[in-house]
This record gives sequence, structure tokens and C-alpha cells, in this order.
Amino acid sequence: MTLLEVKNLDAGYGQFQALFDVSLNLKEGEAISVIGANGAGKSTLLKAIAGTVSMNSGDVLLDGKSICDMQPHERLLQGIALVPEGRRIFRSLTVKENLLIGGYSSRSGSWNVASILEAFPILENFIGRDADRLSGGEQQALAIGRALMSNPRVLLLDEVSLGLAPIVVKQLYAALPIIRNKGCALVIVEQDTNQALAASDHTYCMLEGRISLEGKPSELTREQISQAYFGLGAHA
Amino acid sequence: MNWINAIVQGILVGGLYAMYATGLSVSFGVMRLVNLAHGDLAVGSAFLASTFCLSTGLSPFLSVFIILPVAALFGVGLQFLVFSRVVGVEPAYQIVATFGLSIAIQNVLLQRYSATPRALSIGDFGNRSLKIIGDQVVVGWFPLARFLVAVIMLIALSLFIGRTRLGRAFRATSDDPETAQLMGINIRIVYVIAFAIAVTTVALAGIFNGMQTQFSASDGPALLIYAFEAVIIGGLGSLWGTLCGGIILGVAQTVGAEMDPGWKQLVGHLVFLAVLLVRPTGIFGREELK
Repeated sequence: MTLLEVKNLDAGYGQFQALFDVSLNLKEGEAISVIGANGAGKSTLLKAIAGTVSMNSGDVLLDGKSICDMQPHERLLQGIALVPEGRRIFRSLTVKENLLIGGYSSRSGSWNVASILEAFPILENFIGRDADRLSGGEQQALAIGRALMSNPRVLLLDEVSLGLAPIVVKQLYAALPIIRNKGCALVIVEQDTNQALAASDHTYCMLEGRISLEGKPSELTREQISQAYFGLGAHA
Repeated sequence: MNWINAIVQGILVGGLYAMYATGLSVSFGVMRLVNLAHGDLAVGSAFLASTFCLSTGLSPFLSVFIILPVAALFGVGLQFLVFSRVVGVEPAYQIVATFGLSIAIQNVLLQRYSATPRALSIGDFGNRSLKIIGDQVVVGWFPLARFLVAVIMLIALSLFIGRTRLGRAFRATSDDPETAQLMGINIRIVYVIAFAIAVTTVALAGIFNGMQTQFSASDGPALLIYAFEAVIIGGLGSLWGTLCGGIILGVAQTVGAEMDPGWKQLVGHLVFLAVLLVRPTGIFGREELK
């Protein structure tokens, strides 16, 4: 059953078009990954789904219904939550307040402050502390927890691993199965392909604003992926 | 003893300045909006209060219950009509829009009320006072009441911003409006409420000011300067800093006037400049301004 569908999406910033004819599908409970080099349009794609980048043409459908005309806060209520690139923690709020803001207009569900601390135990000791005191990995855990507080049906994860030590990245990715088990589908955007491919059922590779390759990670070869990632095929 | 008296009076005046500055602090803190018509909104409210009192014969204190809701609604209207278009865009647009609004309000007031100053009479209450130390340190009941109202207002506002769900949304929006939207916060509603608060508090300050001194249509910009100075001395975005800034400005003025009656404004501005020089982020301001 298709949960989220992006159809022939063109989007960008003012005069600059960042996405060309992008289509993808996300089934209920599924995890897909979107990989690609810096500037390929991955973050723009997530922002267009979440509603913070306006689209030029195409459609974004949730449960078969278009959500294009909805504001970001309305899309959240429909079940779309974005963990933004760079974490974007509210620096003047405490860790707990950041989580509570995540649940500002929450749907009903099993995520709450307690269950988030269970999934991300590294946050437990810092709950009353100002969020800007946290390390990068802790901030990332907080950003994911904050998004989960709205009990989303689709969690969009933008560059979870960016700038973090491999061990921390591993810890964060370990929480993804817990999130999926609660019925939340994932869209994982990464430059670091290994983690993303291992955590997803289906992958899309982007190159210069277009989908250059898609398929099951297990059925794609390294050569196919690196060609689609770097666009080497065109010059070979 | 004269100096002690000057300081006490300055603290009480500081409460009024803090009341002026609160709205500026809120609208800058939440929306990054510098409203140059802030002082004119205070003067406009005082004129509205005077119309109310003249036509009903009731006390200016009662006018507050009518004028403040009107001011809040006016704030909502202004936010929808004017400020929603200039929040989050280049600051130059804000300056032009709010400066234009300032001129428009002044001219409407001039047209409607003429250039003659007015005052809001609170009768005998304005003259009653409390002797603190003999005859030398005397505190007027009205300035004392006004100061307490300012403090109560700031306590209420800081509880609202610090402890409530909506207050949390205010702080999140102030930190990062785009991400706040991703949390399900309708930032347009946050902006409307913030601006309604800003206009309501400055309206109260305008009415309190009018109860003690005369006001005329073109007073707004001077009041704006006091509000700015109080906010900047205290530190942008900090409500307690605003109270502290208001008090420092008030004390500087009364102590200056004690040295020489002509120095009241001058010493106030000099202290403001000194704070800018020594601590540009203000006393309670964060070290790093984003």
C-alpha cells in the first residue's frame, strides 16, 4: 500500500531549479534511501515533501491525496516529519523543551518523552540542560527524537551522519529499526551510501536534480551505484 | 539625600520605560521586527483613552479595559495588513514600512486632535505621595503603582514565555522560524499574538505616561528612543534585561536632572552610549548575537 508518492516533481529556489521530474514511492512501514553527492537535490526533495520549499510542478501525495497546498505545519499533522539537515536544534530551549516542541501539535501515538529517551538513552542525562550544550551526536539524537514526538507516519531524515564519528552514526542508525517497528516509514537521505543502503529496502540515487538510478540495494552493483552517484557514465 | 531621592524617582520612571520597551523587545525577539511606529502606537492609545474619558466622564484607569483590547485588535490588524509582508525579508522593507506607519499615525492624530497637547487627569491620586525618609525622599503613589504594574506585567509575560506551551513556541520561532514550522507551529499565528502583545503593552505604557505628563501627536519618536535605549541597555530579547535597562535609563535621567535640570536627556543618552561602548550586547544580552 503506497503511503507517500512523489510524482514528476520540479522544485527549486526562485530562479534556480534544483529538482527535475523526480518521482518516488514509499510504502507503509518501508524504509527508502536517497543517496547522491553534495548538491544533487536530496535536501531540496525532502524540503519539498515537508513543505518548506515550494514546488513548480508535479505532485506530492499522501494516501493518494495531494498535500501540495498544505503549509508545513499542516503536513506535520498529516504525519510528515522532517529531521532537517544540520539538526537545527532550538538552542535557547532545553532538551526536554525541544522534545515538547516536537510534540507541539502531535498526532496520537506511542511516542512521548519517555519512549524517546528509551530509544535514545544518550539523551537521558541531559534532559534539563540547554540544548546548545549537547555534542553533535546528542543533538542529532535530539533532532530525531523531536521529530518523532509528533508521531509521524513518514520520517524524513536529512544527512543524519553528517559530521559525526562512525561510532555515533552506528548508534543513531541502531534506533531506526525501533522507529520502523512502531509503524513509521523512513526516507533516509545520505551522502554516506553504506549506512543508507544497509538501512533501506529500496534506494534512489540522485544526480544533478534527477533520479539517476533506483532499485533494491541488494540487487544493485557497486559500479552501477558509483556511476549513478558521480555521473561517470556520461564521460566514460 | 537629594541624590537618594533622584535615584528612587529614577527607578520608578524606569518602570515606565520598561513598559514602553517590552513590546519592542517582544516584537524584535520573536519576529526580528524593528517597529519604528512603536512610540506612535503609545501616543495613539493615549489619545484614544482621552477621547474615551471625555465622552464618558470615566477615569483613565477604567479606559484601560476598553483601550487595551482595542489596541490588541489593532495589533492583529496591523500584523495581517503590514507586518506579515515585511517579516523575514530584508530589513530595509521593515524600516520603510514601519517608518511610513509612524508618519501616518502622527498625521492622523494631528488631523483628528490638532497639535494641542493633552493629558489624562487622574485627579487627586496624581498628587498623593508616601514619605519614605522625612520630607526628602518622597514617593508618589501613582509612580509607585505604575512601577508595580510594569513589574507585574513583566512577571506575567516571562511566565507566559517561559512556562507555557505557546510561550515555548514563541522561543522556538525566535530561534529558527523555518524549523518551528516543521514542528507544527503556525508561525503566522505566533507572529500575530506576539504583535498583539507588543501593541497592548505599549498602549498601556502610553496611557500611564499620559496620566502624568502631557502628550501630543508628534511625541512618538521620542518615546521610541527611550524604548530603544532601555531594550539595548538591558540586552535584546531579555525581558528582565528590559526592566533593568529601563531602570538604568530612568536613574541616569533623574540623576542627570539633579546635577543640572538641563542635563536630564543628555545624561540618559550618554549612559546609553557608554553601555553600547562597553557591552554592545547589553547587560543581559547573549555574548554572541546571531
